[in-house]
Formats: sequence, structure tokens, C-alpha cells
Amino acid sequence: MKMPAPNASILARKDQIVARLREVLPEGSVISELSETRAYECDALTAYRCPPLCAVLPSSTEEVSAVLKICFEEGVPVVPRGSGTSLAGGALPTADSVILGVAKMNSVLETDYANRLIRVQTGRTNLSVSGAVAEEDFFYAPDPSSQLACAIAGNIAMNSGGAHCLKYGVTTNNLMGVTMVLMDGTVIELGGAHLDAPGLDLLGVICGSEGQLGVVTEATLRILRKPEGARPVLMGFAANEVAGECVSDIIKAGVLPVAIEFMDRPCIEACEAFAHAGYPMCEALLIVEVEGSEAEIAEQLEKIIEIAKRHNPVELREARDADEAGRIWLGRKSAFGAMGQINDYMCLDGTIPVSSLPHVLRRIGEMSEEFGLKVANVFHAGDGNMHPLILFNANQEGQLELCERFGAEILKLCVEVGGCLTGEHGVGIEKRDLMHAQYRPADLEAQMAVKDVFDPHWLLNPAKVFPLDASESRRRLAIAAE
Amino acid sequence: MTPTSENDLAEAILGARGALRLRGGGTRSIGLSEGTLLETGGITGVTLYEPGALTLVARAGTPLAEVEAALDAENQRLAFEVPDLRGLLGTQGASTLGGIVAANASGPRRIASGACRDFLLGVRFVDGAGRVVSNGGRVMKNVTGYDLVKLMAGSHGTLGVLTEVSFKVLPKPEAAATLVLHGLTESEAVAAMAAALGSPYDVTGAAHDPGARQTLLRIEGFARSVAYRLGQLRALFPGRETSEDTDPDAVAALWAGVRDVAPLQGRVGDVWRISCKPSDAPELAARLRAEALLYDWGGGLVWALLPEGTDARARLGTFAGHATRVRGTGSAPAFHPDPAPVAALAEGLRRRFDPRGVLNPGLMA
Repeated sequence: MKMPAPNASILARKDQIVARLREVLPEGSVISELSETRAYECDALTAYRCPPLCAVLPSSTEEVSAVLKICFEEGVPVVPRGSGTSLAGGALPTADSVILGVAKMNSVLETDYANRLIRVQTGRTNLSVSGAVAEEDFFYAPDPSSQLACAIAGNIAMNSGGAHCLKYGVTTNNLMGVTMVLMDGTVIELGGAHLDAPGLDLLGVICGSEGQLGVVTEATLRILRKPEGARPVLMGFAANEVAGECVSDIIKAGVLPVAIEFMDRPCIEACEAFAHAGYPMCEALLIVEVEGSEAEIAEQLEKIIEIAKRHNPVELREARDADEAGRIWLGRKSAFGAMGQINDYMCLDGTIPVSSLPHVLRRIGEMSEEFGLKVANVFHAGDGNMHPLILFNANQEGQLELCERFGAEILKLCVEVGGCLTGEHGVGIEKRDLMHAQYRPADLEAQMAVKDVFDPHWLLNPAKVFPLDASESRRRLAIAAE
Repeated sequence: MTPTSENDLAEAILGARGALRLRGGGTRSIGLSEGTLLETGGITGVTLYEPGALTLVARAGTPLAEVEAALDAENQRLAFEVPDLRGLLGTQGASTLGGIVAANASGPRRIASGACRDFLLGVRFVDGAGRVVSNGGRVMKNVTGYDLVKLMAGSHGTLGVLTEVSFKVLPKPEAAATLVLHGLTESEAVAAMAAALGSPYDVTGAAHDPGARQTLLRIEGFARSVAYRLGQLRALFPGRETSEDTDPDAVAALWAGVRDVAPLQGRVGDVWRISCKPSDAPELAARLRAEALLYDWGGGLVWALLPEGTDARARLGTFAGHATRVRGTGSAPAFHPDPAPVAALAEGLRRRFDPRGVLNPGLMA
């Protein structure tokens, strides 16, 4: 993965830049020693690392504004960072960039149950947003797997999803407003407690813009009352195709589960060995969860089980209590951890139309043979968001590159069948150069035009999202303007 | 001009020598009064419908009625409940998908399920320089690149002319019911709606008609579940006079009335639409001194009938939200002005997407 060469003039001015940043931030908020900046050299895409010029940890919107103003004046690229859990390299620095971490900004600013919203600083973790409203039985719906660690800032940047978004939507559907600082230090407010935009829906384009349009410091989030209860059912099938058809039939029947999760045999085996959840050994496994009162849950599960039975399941296991429900989810929730135990792995994130599921799984199987690398599949089947995990050995010469080539082929396949490169992880650097597979030059131009307006000098997270060749002239202009 | 293909549309835009006045079906236009009329009604047809994947793709000029008929045959629907504003605005014609998206037209279910923009999965459009742009796609989860889909929803044709849109659709529920609370004041009604929306009973509509002093709460789903939740919901309001309706046609008709702002139809005056924090609604309504009002979205949306030429914003003063004039003329702009730095960004986007300023120029500025 190529990153642009650092700007030598910025590297030469490091001391001056650091000194200016120290002037506007409290003691200890500017990190510039290499021994300490190493903590910011990568995110959860650990294959790529580069310590930044320095890292800053502001505590308020005003401090973020002061930092950005200085970086704007100095022409220094800024890489915003939430908790650094991006799987796509969204927070990967370059040597000439300042990491702007929002971790210190984690307060709850307001909870308003009557209007069903919470206002937080964006360094707050996803799970602790729900935690802040749990005593009134409310919750924040988007639930990425990393929710214990990941920050709302990163959720907004990547428009994060989660297992339950089939019913509740992803971040963009639950984000009501933001306080955001533009690259030149200007602070703007978008949205708030009301439900639509007065003019253009700028909030809609901010969400998912991967930290390239501004730094979001505060967010107004929709909170929901918890359902009375929830319960999963586990089903095993003799073939991936059959499980895929079952998913489609459940959706068509008008039942709208909160989650439909799919695991294939390699994944089931790994999870079982790791978590001992008591999963049946079969080709494909579905976990379907429904919500409501006891009677409502029973009614929905009855319909789902009736549909499943038409597809000759090899196993049907309805959770009878919280303990059994916990065990059904245990394996699924530890899937990535289980994979990490056996091997290095790369987690992909393409989305496909649900109807293409059997075809895509078959093709992935064939490609797995061709590349000589094993793949385990675990994904959100209800909305077609796949997570193929390619297993490889990072210590073996050439395996990472082989794995990346295989991954690229899988993602191109997702696009070919009418899907997309990334459903919830974001483009970052990981899928950056594959964007040509999904978008024509005019499509990319239109997106880059948005960045031109928000960040005319291309200083915010500049080497991400767009293929380097597509963004090169804009990034060069930025350096020349300096 | 009524082009019949995306190519023809691009040529028409490229060839424009002055302002273009864009029109889908012409049913909900807060339109320009001058300029060459460019209609999208010639670019029609459902191009893909997969009920099992809950997705529908259609060209932008496709009439809503045609799409609804296709969905109906599979017992599905557009969940954001498209308002039919012909009665309110005194317009004719047939609403098109492109017009719905351009206006981000969203009905009572917005409070629970989301707006048009939340169900919009992908767009194709021709920008002001004649460039064809595609964004998003036909799958429910997609974070590949910037979300121009949201940007196009509600942009009223000022950034580009839509040629194709794709939607997430939803199954129709088996049953629906309305719980009506009688005789509440506006403050009591907003509090009651907040209690209902903050309950675990999945309320999909919360409206208040102060003229009739009726507060309406809607529940949808499987029949047994609807019956259960209706009971639970009623129990939240002990001592209140309530009635309920479970007849499917009556429930549909009642909510169509909310959706289409029936209480304000056929009356003289200007119509304003105020989007606000729900709990602020009664106070804002008092400031408006309106001749008629309707609260939707639990109070987050207030429809107000005001004497012709009244500037609602002057009456409202400073508040968190915005006011749009949807019917009437006056010196105040139809759209609520953005604060300066936000307005600069919006203007920057318009210049980028429509460098010659030909697409509904000045409409949203």
C-alpha cells in the first residue's frame, strides 16, 4: 500500500510547529517524542505503520479549532483519530501529519428523554453512550463489534453499522446533529434536536466522510427505548445456498428481525474451538434475533421457525432463557477473536444483494483454492454485508501481498454482482485504490468536489478514500500553495 | 423540454442558456416562477425490483402510483409514507420518484422509521455541467466514498437532476391501529406523544390536531402484537378519555389526512412548515398565532396556516430549527437561511455542481 512521500519542508519545521501547538494546548496535550508518537503509528489495520510528526489531544471544540487553525496556516496535514479501531487504515498517519485525537473529549453534554436524544463529545465510546442512558432503559442503536472501544467520532467518520442495523439503521440514520471544526478553524453547527435540514443535507454528507471534511467534536444522537425483550434462534443448514434462501424467505414474509447473522463451516469450527458455544457442525449457521414482549417474540419466532423448517435445517435451537441466548451469541461475538487465535487474518467488508449470496460464496470458495488461502465467512446476512476473513501468515514472505490481492478480487466480485466495496468499515487506505472498480472518474470527481469545498487545501486526512492517482493533482496543488 | 433519456437530459442541460425550472410531476414544487421548464417525467420505468432483498430501482420520472402498484403486488411499500400535497398546494399532476427525493418528502412514519433520505440507497443524476454522476447503489449497507445520496435528497434540483433512484422498501404490516387521546391541550399533547414515543411499543405515528383536540398515536405490525401494544399504550394514559380504531381502511385514511395536512387544506393563507425540537413546539406555535395548526412527528413538525404575506420567521424569533414556506409568496425566502459559514459551504457546493448556475438558480440560496 503506497502512501505519498512526506513533505520535507514540514519535517524540517517540526520544532516550530510543535512549539506553536504547545502555545494553544494545556501541558501534556502535545506528544512529539518518537517514543510516544509510536502509540499513534497505526490503527486496527496494523500491517501499515508510520509515526506522525506529532499527536495532539485537545479537550474542547475551542482547542480543536486553535489546533486546526495553526495546521492550516502551516500547511500541515491533519489525521483525525477517534479510538484508533479502524480496520481500513482511516487513522493511519504520514510522517508529515499531525494526529488529532479526540480521546480526552468524552463528556455527556445533555440527555433529553422527552426528545429522545443525547449530546456527547465525540471521544466518548459507543457503548458508553448507551451506558449513559441505560438507567432510563434507553440505548443508542448502532453497535459495531468494537463498540467497547470505538469512539463516536470514528463512528461518524465511517458511518459505522453493526449487527442490529437491519432494524435500526446505521450511524447516519441515528445522527441528528454535529458541532464540527473546519480545517481553517471555523466552527459550524449542523442539525440538532430537529429532524431535517433547512437547506442542503450537509449532515448527511459529513457522516461517512472519513475525517476528510472536518473534525466533529460534539454530536447529537438519537436514543431509543429498549425493547421489552429480545431472543435469538440458531439454525444450521446443510449448504450455504439453503441458508441464503432461508434469509430471503424470512425477509419476504414480513418478519423484520433485528439481526440475521450468517457463519460458514470454517468460521463455525474456529468459533466452536475457541468459545465452546455448542454450535452444531454444519455447512452454514444462521442466528436470527427478534424483539418485543414475550408473546411478540414467540409469535415472530414461530413464523421464522416455520420458514426455516421448509429448508430442512439440520439444527433448530430456540433460546429459552437469557443464558441460552447468551450462548447462541457467544460464538458469533467471538468470531474475530477466534480467528486471531489460529491465524493472522484480513477482514473484508463488501456488501452484496442478498440474492447473490450463494453465487458469491461459491466464487469465494473457488478463489480460495486458486490463491491457496483459507477463508472463513461471518456476516450480517439480512443486509448482505459480508465479512470474509482471509487467513494468512504475516511472517511468511509475500503472504500479506497475496492476501491483499485475493481480498481485492473478492471486493471486485461484490461490485460485479451489484454490491459495493465496503458496507461499514470505510475505504481508508485499504480500499482506496479499488475505488475505480466501483466508480467512474466523473463519480469520483463529484465526491472530490465536496472535499474541495470543505477543505480546499486538501489537508484533512488527504491520502485516504480516493485513489492516489485520482487525488494527486489536488494534493500537489495543496503543497504548491504552501 | 421533456427529455426521455439520461443522455437527452444531459444535452438539454448542456444546451441551456439561462435558468432551468425543474419539474417532476409538479405536485409539490416550491418552484421558480421563471426559466425554461425542464421536465423529468419522460425518463420512466422500474429497472429492478427484488422483493426478497427489499430493494427497488426506478428511473426518476416514474410515477409514484406505478411504483406503489408494483410494491403492493408483493405486499411491500415505501416506508417513509410519501405525502400527497396536491390538496394543500392546489397542484395537479402525478408525483414522481425524482420529485419525492428532490424534496426529501417524508410523512408521519419519519419519526419512527426515517425520512426519504434514510431509505434512499443510490442515485444517478446529471449535474449543472451535464456530467452524469452515480453514487451509492442498491444495497442497504454502503459506506464506499462520500454519501452524495443524502446530499441529493432534499436538494430541490439545485445540484443536479436525478435520473435514477434506488430505495430500500419494507413489508407492509399485517395490521395497524390508532389510539386517540381526546381533549388535550397542545402542551399536554406533546408530552403525551413524547411518552408514547419513549415507550417500548414501537409507535409509528404521533400527531396532534388542535382544531379537533385529538392526539393520534399509531401502532403497526402483526395483529396479535398490535392488539397487545395498543393495550399497553392506553395504560400509559390513565384517566384520559381515549378511543381506538383498528379498521385498516379507517386507520389508513386518518393517517393519510395527517400526511397530507388535511386540516389546512382548502383554506386561504400561507402555509409554513416548522421543523423544531418536539418539546419546543407548543411555545413556538403560540408565537406563530396561526389560523390553523397541525403537529406531526411528536411535535417535531408543525404545519401552520398564516395570513398571506406573513413572515413566520419574524414571529418565531430565534429558535432551534427552521421554518419553510411551502405555499404562498412574500418577500421572505421560502427556505430558512443558513448561518453564514454553513451558507458558504452550501453555496460552494452549488458552484461546484452547477458552475453556470442554471439549475433552479436562487431557489435555496
